[in-house]
Amino acid sequence: MDGTHDLTATLPSTFRDWFAAKGWTPHGHQLAMLSAAQAGRSALLIAPTGGGKTLAGFLASLADLAENPRDGLHTLYISPLKALAVDIHRNLTAPIEEMGLSVTAETRTGDTPQSKRQRQRRSPPNLLLTTPESLALLISYPDAEVIFGNLRCVVIDELHALAGTKRGELLALALARIARLAPDARRVGLSATVAHPAALEAYLSRTGRAPAPDVDVVRGGEAAQAEVKILLPDGRLPWSGHMGLYAVDRIYAAIKAHRTTIVFVNTRAQSELIFQALWHANADHLPIALHHGSLAAEQRRKVEARMSRGGLRAVVATSSLDLGIDWAAVDLVLQVGAPKGASRLLQRIGRANHRLDEPSRALLVPANRFEVLECKAAMDAVRAGELDGDAPRPGGLDVLAQHVLGTACTGAFYPSELYAEVITAAPYSDLDRETFDAVVEFVRSGGYALRAYERWQKLRPTDDGRLRVSNPRVVQAYRMNVGTIVEADTLKVRLSRGRVLGEIEEYFVQWLRPGDTFMFAGRLLTFQGIRERYVEATPGGQGQPAVPVYGGGRLPLTTQLASRVRDMLEDPNLWATLPGPVAEWLELQRWRSVLPRADTLLVESFPRADREYLVAYTFEGRNAHQTLGMLLTRRMERLGLGPLGFVATDYVIAVWSVRPCEDMAALFDQDMLGDDLEEWMAESSLLKRTFRTVAVIAGLIERKLPGHEKTGRQVTFNSDLIYDVLRRHQPDHILLQATRQDAGRGLTDIARLAGLLTRVQGKIVHRRLDRVSPLAVPVLLEIGREQVAGGAVDLLMDELTEELVAEATGGTLQGSLPI
Amino acid sequence: MTKPIALRLNGADLAADPAGVLLWPARRTLVVADLHLEKGSGFARRGVLLPPFDSTATLARLAAAIDSHRPERVICLGDSFHDSGAGARLGEDDRSRLRTMTDGIDWIWITGNHDPEPPSDWGGRVLSELTDGPLVLRHEAQVDNPHGEISGHYHPKARVQVRGRSVSGRCFATDGRRLVLPAFGAYTGGLDVLRPDLRCLFARRFEVLLLAADRILRIPSERLMVPSPDLEDLRTTG
Repeated sequence: MDGTHDLTATLPSTFRDWFAAKGWTPHGHQLAMLSAAQAGRSALLIAPTGGGKTLAGFLASLADLAENPRDGLHTLYISPLKALAVDIHRNLTAPIEEMGLSVTAETRTGDTPQSKRQRQRRSPPNLLLTTPESLALLISYPDAEVIFGNLRCVVIDELHALAGTKRGELLALALARIARLAPDARRVGLSATVAHPAALEAYLSRTGRAPAPDVDVVRGGEAAQAEVKILLPDGRLPWSGHMGLYAVDRIYAAIKAHRTTIVFVNTRAQSELIFQALWHANADHLPIALHHGSLAAEQRRKVEARMSRGGLRAVVATSSLDLGIDWAAVDLVLQVGAPKGASRLLQRIGRANHRLDEPSRALLVPANRFEVLECKAAMDAVRAGELDGDAPRPGGLDVLAQHVLGTACTGAFYPSELYAEVITAAPYSDLDRETFDAVVEFVRSGGYALRAYERWQKLRPTDDGRLRVSNPRVVQAYRMNVGTIVEADTLKVRLSRGRVLGEIEEYFVQWLRPGDTFMFAGRLLTFQGIRERYVEATPGGQGQPAVPVYGGGRLPLTTQLASRVRDMLEDPNLWATLPGPVAEWLELQRWRSVLPRADTLLVESFPRADREYLVAYTFEGRNAHQTLGMLLTRRMERLGLGPLGFVATDYVIAVWSVRPCEDMAALFDQDMLGDDLEEWMAESSLLKRTFRTVAVIAGLIERKLPGHEKTGRQVTFNSDLIYDVLRRHQPDHILLQATRQDAGRGLTDIARLAGLLTRVQGKIVHRRLDRVSPLAVPVLLEIGREQVAGGAVDLLMDELTEELVAEATGGTLQGSLPI
Repeated sequence: MTKPIALRLNGADLAADPAGVLLWPARRTLVVADLHLEKGSGFARRGVLLPPFDSTATLARLAAAIDSHRPERVICLGDSFHDSGAGARLGEDDRSRLRTMTDGIDWIWITGNHDPEPPSDWGGRVLSELTDGPLVLRHEAQVDNPHGEISGHYHPKARVQVRGRSVSGRCFATDGRRLVLPAFGAYTGGLDVLRPDLRCLFARRFEVLLLAADRILRIPSERLMVPSPDLEDLRTTG
């Protein structure tokens, strides 16, 4: 421990006294971070939640400022959450005041008043706490060089939540820029434990690669092993469903038995339903709140503040609470519905009991039988310390386009210099010059094969070969559209023309008629109508309420968990640890059919009610299965099998048709990833949705037009029309490339599907059965309950045609028209 | 593509084609509305650099429709050009394509609010409206006099619900007295046919001929999804 003492000795005495007064000894990792700082090196701290990471990040900066007080920006802190930046600011104020340091600290977010933001540019505080979007804006000002010139350190909090996302890519590009403005500034990354630490190391490095010569990787203390259990109801265990409502009494009892509980669920719709059910079960009037991303920010802040004060016994939350402020009082985390990934479960468990020396306690509530297996798999993975999550992808070209324009807003630039800078950002370290130039060309003039827009180009060359913005409107438009978060079109929900409760998607509102009831913000509301951009609602009402469904809310099962579930199915020796009904269910499957094995693909087929069913046990997650469903039905159509529909879960895909498929090997041949995929992708609404996001981020379509910001107009041009025209006339356009790159992962998950099809070639086990197998029951129960995938419009149109023909032959239409 | 759907308007036998054009076989006439040529460059002028292929796309689809139906007369129902500068901005290839198309056909440009004075050097003649037998063709519907009126202007769009999902698309709309055509231009958005300013043109019950994928479907107005006010037009400026 001598080294430890030496290091603390290097801290100013005020710090040592302060630590002593608090009765604290710095953790080993905090000292290691200090040591990296003294050596002028960047540092990546990977530690479980509750490891005193924030202080570790700031300690060196505070010490430096205490000894060498100065004006100007010293340390930049970046958080993915505005609320977190605000909270960290509050936490910093305590040591600064208690030690009497002359250090200034301020936040800068979208909520910061204009006057304060201008003042911050003229005289920045020593510590500036901000978000990736606000930072992107700040570096786009011509005075960025002055603001950042003396910067010493950049702290990136919750790095694991940023790396691998578009926001993280925007931030990586901003950091590359800052490295030019302030060559001496070191970087500090704070992260939870992750599956791919090298990716974070590369992200933090000024080389953009790992192993990084300029980064020390510091590992925080291991958290005590979490206590995770599965909560099962007495008696019945549902066959299907994702909501977990059947277990509400048990959930309520668990809340009652603990001090403060976070009840995590997987979707916003589920949070509304569980909250409502708890409300009915709440015989003791316990203070229970609701928290999800669509609630008004003010509402969420209120709930968070009540949590901080210990004023709540439970909060039902979605991923909106995965990150954020630590609440010491939380002693139980409940996960309702399967966690879908080990890392995600670990993150959520870590929200309980933020102390390293005490175990976190968590209960998992599977919503159906398959989820029992998945919960068990997640528990095993957490116990084994196995984490999941995708390896980082190459940075989005749409984000790069936004950054190129932002750079031009700062001042004229040489493309070759910008290229050299960009490839020091990890997500772009493999970017080739040709692609970079195509992106610059897109920003300049649209990048079209037809050079029609020279007159209206956004960037103009200067005499010395640099590029500069052609007019001030370009700068104005950039500033209004900065950022990578593209929301679905939403409308604010207003209560009796007064208080705003939050936002719901336009898509959902289209279903409501005045007088309909719906559930939102934990209340039963009656829809009155729409006024301007507001959904007008009154409290209460009659009838079965609708629950808003939000796009993209459900994460697919990770590959790692899927493989654990498969292993569990295959080995009957492991079933002893499963609840009775689940083990019996698997036994039944073994008797009636066979169990899926990890090294083959089991496909069952059976007749049922005049239809032919095919169930494939693919275990690749809903997104990949939706794509597979589209491709299988296309192929079955061609084979004359008369496919009628399909439904996908995280575990299996079921297709039903008029005639049975005989040749499964041919049906699952990997050549379906060729023309069929191309054709379907091109038409798919999933791709159109992806294109919309790409087009907005890249700046092709403006979210907000100068002068129109008050009307609440979001995207002002129908991006589907642009997509159709561009696809036909310039299929290799850079934005279509960017779209395909994004779509290959996200909602279509083609990479995963491709892996599956390659793996199972020649290894398909087809079981012809005379009836549905036990393992296939859950997916069949999903039929009709599940919404059809976005791309299934063709099938829908057929159905519509049938329905309409039936109606038309009934003769109701023609006769009644006033012809 | 599926077959055209036959419809009757003020005694005239017409057919709505899935390509989004109207056919009047007895007069060997093809009618098309709202081409909005050079809408893309119109946006580019204001700094939004949309792909500059919209005129090419629109003209290619129109040429295909003309090739397959071989009309002797083509009537463009107005707003053929997005703005007064559109004719001048049209690219060289598009110009010659348009000239070739108008050549040898009785081509009529009806004026619209976007193109009160359509460029005249493409061939064809310019009219403010055209009366032919039982039908009158104009850009914008006149509320009071529906009988046999064919118009464009509104870019009608409709939405139906099928098994928990909605399908939407451009559409023809008719109550047997008047007919409003879908917009044909590649960058033309739409106005939901149930929106009051469009709905009020029709009798209580009417029908739409919905263009979806490459089909055309006849749907009675009672089956349409009611749009939320203020929503549809937000995405379809210009």
